[in-house]
Amino acid sequence: MKRIQIAMKMLRRNWSAGELRVLLAALFIAVASVTTVGFFADRVQAALDRQANELLGGDLMVIADHPIPPYIPEAAKGERLAIAETLTFPSMVSAEGGVNLAEIKSVSDSWPLRGRLRLADASAPQGEREVAGGPKPGTTWVGLPLTARIGVKVGDTLQVGKASLVVAAIIAREPDSVLDYFGIAPRVLINAADLPATQLIQVGSRVTHRFLVGGETKAIERFREAVKPRIARGERIEGVRDSRGEVRSALERAQRFLGLAALLSVVLASVAVALAARRFSQRQIDAAAMMRCFGATQADLFAIHAWQFVVLGIAGCLLGSAAGFGAQAAMAQWLSSFFTVTLPLPGPLPALRGAVIGFVLLLGFTLPPLLRLRNVSTLRVLRRDLGAAEPLSLAAFVLGLAALSALIVWQAGDVRLGSYALAGFFAALVVCAVAGYALIRLVARARGAAPGPWRYGLANLRRRTWGSLVQIMALGLGIMAMLMLTLVRTELITKWQESMPPDMPNRFAINIQTDQLRDVKAYFDAIRLENPDLYPMVRGRLTAISGKPVKGENYSDERAKRLAEREFNLSWSDELKADNKIVAGEFWKHGAAEPQFSVEEGIAKTLGINVGDTLAYDIAGTTFSAKVTSLRKVDWDSFKPNFFVISNPALLRSYPASWITSFHLGPGREDVIAGLVKRFPNVSVIDLTALMQQFQRITDQVSRAVEVVFLFAIAAGLVVLFAAITSTQDERVFEGAILRTLGASRRQMMTLQLAEFLAIGLLAGTIAAAGAVALAMVLSDKVLGVPYEFHWRLPVIGLVVGGLGVALAGLIGTRRAVSSPPLQTLRAVT
Amino acid sequence: MSIVRAEGLTKQVETPDHVLVIVRDATFEVREGEAVAILGASGSGKSTLLGLLAGLDVPSRGRAWIDGADLFALSEDGRAQLRGRMVGFVFQSFQLLPALTALENVMLPLELAGGADAAARARRVLERVGLGERLGHYPRQLSGGEQQRVAVARAFVTEPKVLFADEPTGNLDSATGEQVIELLFEMNREHGTTLVLVTHDPELAKRCGRRIHIAAGEITGVD
Repeated sequence: MKRIQIAMKMLRRNWSAGELRVLLAALFIAVASVTTVGFFADRVQAALDRQANELLGGDLMVIADHPIPPYIPEAAKGERLAIAETLTFPSMVSAEGGVNLAEIKSVSDSWPLRGRLRLADASAPQGEREVAGGPKPGTTWVGLPLTARIGVKVGDTLQVGKASLVVAAIIAREPDSVLDYFGIAPRVLINAADLPATQLIQVGSRVTHRFLVGGETKAIERFREAVKPRIARGERIEGVRDSRGEVRSALERAQRFLGLAALLSVVLASVAVALAARRFSQRQIDAAAMMRCFGATQADLFAIHAWQFVVLGIAGCLLGSAAGFGAQAAMAQWLSSFFTVTLPLPGPLPALRGAVIGFVLLLGFTLPPLLRLRNVSTLRVLRRDLGAAEPLSLAAFVLGLAALSALIVWQAGDVRLGSYALAGFFAALVVCAVAGYALIRLVARARGAAPGPWRYGLANLRRRTWGSLVQIMALGLGIMAMLMLTLVRTELITKWQESMPPDMPNRFAINIQTDQLRDVKAYFDAIRLENPDLYPMVRGRLTAISGKPVKGENYSDERAKRLAEREFNLSWSDELKADNKIVAGEFWKHGAAEPQFSVEEGIAKTLGINVGDTLAYDIAGTTFSAKVTSLRKVDWDSFKPNFFVISNPALLRSYPASWITSFHLGPGREDVIAGLVKRFPNVSVIDLTALMQQFQRITDQVSRAVEVVFLFAIAAGLVVLFAAITSTQDERVFEGAILRTLGASRRQMMTLQLAEFLAIGLLAGTIAAAGAVALAMVLSDKVLGVPYEFHWRLPVIGLVVGGLGVALAGLIGTRRAVSSPPLQTLRAVT
Repeated sequence: MSIVRAEGLTKQVETPDHVLVIVRDATFEVREGEAVAILGASGSGKSTLLGLLAGLDVPSRGRAWIDGADLFALSEDGRAQLRGRMVGFVFQSFQLLPALTALENVMLPLELAGGADAAARARRVLERVGLGERLGHYPRQLSGGEQQRVAVARAFVTEPKVLFADEPTGNLDSATGEQVIELLFEMNREHGTTLVLVTHDPELAKRCGRRIHIAAGEITGVD
């Protein structure tokens, strides 16, 4: 109790004396930046998910080939989720203009839970307007292709089974239509209330039931967890991440980047805390020696200082969390204008995480110097030089580094990202230390040639080798992190922009028959549309891998189960497409006679297929097998037709195939589709515009989020700069006063400081630029899956800005040394 | 002719409760070549007075001149330049720069003033104070007495007109202190420097030509 009282008194005195301000500031900003990034990433993530979920029409859906079992709606009600139900099935519809196969979709009144339908409306701008909800009972909304095929228009009556429904609108875009990727027939949307009247649902009808839920992320997750174990045959759960490769990869990249930025904030903040803690404990050495003289035991000393840190830690964490919450709220307010959905409220986890990180950092980096304080020699009171300078002992930082490593992996939330970041961090640390040491020696040796004040500046650098090294390492890491984030962010955003070129295919035409190929090509020629590539599709079912029968129940993974149970599209080609890359084995040579397969790496992993395995397929009753000779990485962002499994032409050419193509269609050219469908009635056209716009919007928003989070990491970097500069401030102020006494002019003092800071800044900048490029290369490639291209400009800018930034900050930070009367300074310091 | 002059020099600091006067209304002159001791007990304000005379601190009121230059009419920079030209310092706690060797510490004022052959001149003065063998040593490698001798060398290397010494033996044992004082007076005589010395030691003060007594910030007598 006595110790706590003393500790609190000391804390108050240290605070009044300004001893703890830097440490509290570093801690505050560490917690604040981590919390802000955490809160913000949490909310943006949830908003992005929700926005992506517009593609699904809800946040999560259960799909079944039979009516949805009652426990599912009950589970949803238990979580207070919004629910909607749809049924889809093919049926013939008729109007005065004729009869056509349609994909009927009956929707409940609450549908869609996410996203909105766009209806064709000649009077609206761009010919479309957005509506909430679906058709009213007694009416139907029909897809555009149907108007071309049987000439229905608004006001006509459409016969759907036994029901006669009035066509109330023409659907331009349906939020979730893209998920029915190969929904062949045009859409006819009806209200669920009209379904019984159609009498179309009979026992044995091929109906797909979809049960959609929407709500808080946590509740959705609980719902998913509750339903998952009871999922029966013919049922599955799907979220947008499960279904859309493009969206999934964009979201995952964004998430990783946000994680990376938050991670770097932690690293930078920890560097700041380490520097501030080191400075504080250095300044406590005299007091500790004095207390030892007055009879304090080692345990007393430890307790007195530890309590101060605990109280400081609580203050820093509380203030930091509060500031983090405030900052993200302001940011979310600003960002909300860019989102079509409201940002969900953040959970309490980021605050907790921020606080834990703050404490771990504080204790990790203050405990070692604290333990040293215990051992301070009482003789120091008499002989000040004893144990005065605390050299950078690696042992002292081991605990801090261990704590930091644990935090890095925890914050990364992803073992791969975490281990890369960790390895990168340590490599950077070692390289910074070695390179920094060598450079200091080199510069110090060269100082003889420099004129007066410059020489003293450089001499300081060498004399303070350890201090300078700590500064160079801290600044090097700080600048490196900032540069690397800039590089990766630029690459990431550029990649997204590049992945959506304006002429990107936005329509798929499927079900083209082999004997129509020439005419289809001629049609595209006639309308002056660039002749699109056509790919053959053969539907087949995988029956065995290297002799082992493929059965759904053999796989625990849901996706694998599904893939094992259903037919999927195979294709053949003699050439590797530009958006495919071989990652294992070798692609067949042109005209190779030996039958062989190439498999997409993701599905190969899911199903456990390796190069050299033999795949057996069943196509329309015939079985055949061939060896897998290569695995491919497919760029799913390309929005071009791609296939999990392809073979060389020799293998599949003789099987009946339909063809698929993708092409770009500018706005207002719906006539092309109408013409195509009229001329080739069996051909279906899938409109990807909605999906692509959604993808574009998501990537735009992610880019903005990335920019904001990036700014925070930069702020953390600036704190490091501040802490690094103040870490040697006392010495500088003292030296400044001596120099002033000896007649140094302001200009000379500035030159001297400038020499030292410029040297530190440039050394740190050199190390940082080299490290940033190396790290960015690894991270881009291995973690974000974005190939890195080297740009000279940024490292150079980083170097210059780093050097000048440190010099400027250094001068500002130590202006007290230049401006105050020397006697006051000397008295304050000695 | 007076080389150092003070007129109504006052230094006070405001505390939350009251105004604390450290030096009150100090007025006196020091003639060129003279050795003057400012004598007083601890906390009497003698070091503050010295700081004011050297322009290391600014007064609350009053004026001071060195060699006719009005110190507080000058800027901080102007005072620094004046010190560089005219003034040498010896402090109680030596105040050497830890980053520099003995030689570099002594070279420093010369280099700041832009003088030629700083190294040769500094080496000569260090040899004069008996440290010719310790040129490349850092302060932490030197004893207290040696450090103070480096400080004396640094003070004299610019051949100043005035030397201010603040308790120069305060941190040394009596034998070493005696050596440093001897050195100080010898060099003073050799260079014809004016010496203003702050001490609480009446014996040391006796070796100066004049003594200014100070108590509670006020000059109580000159003898």
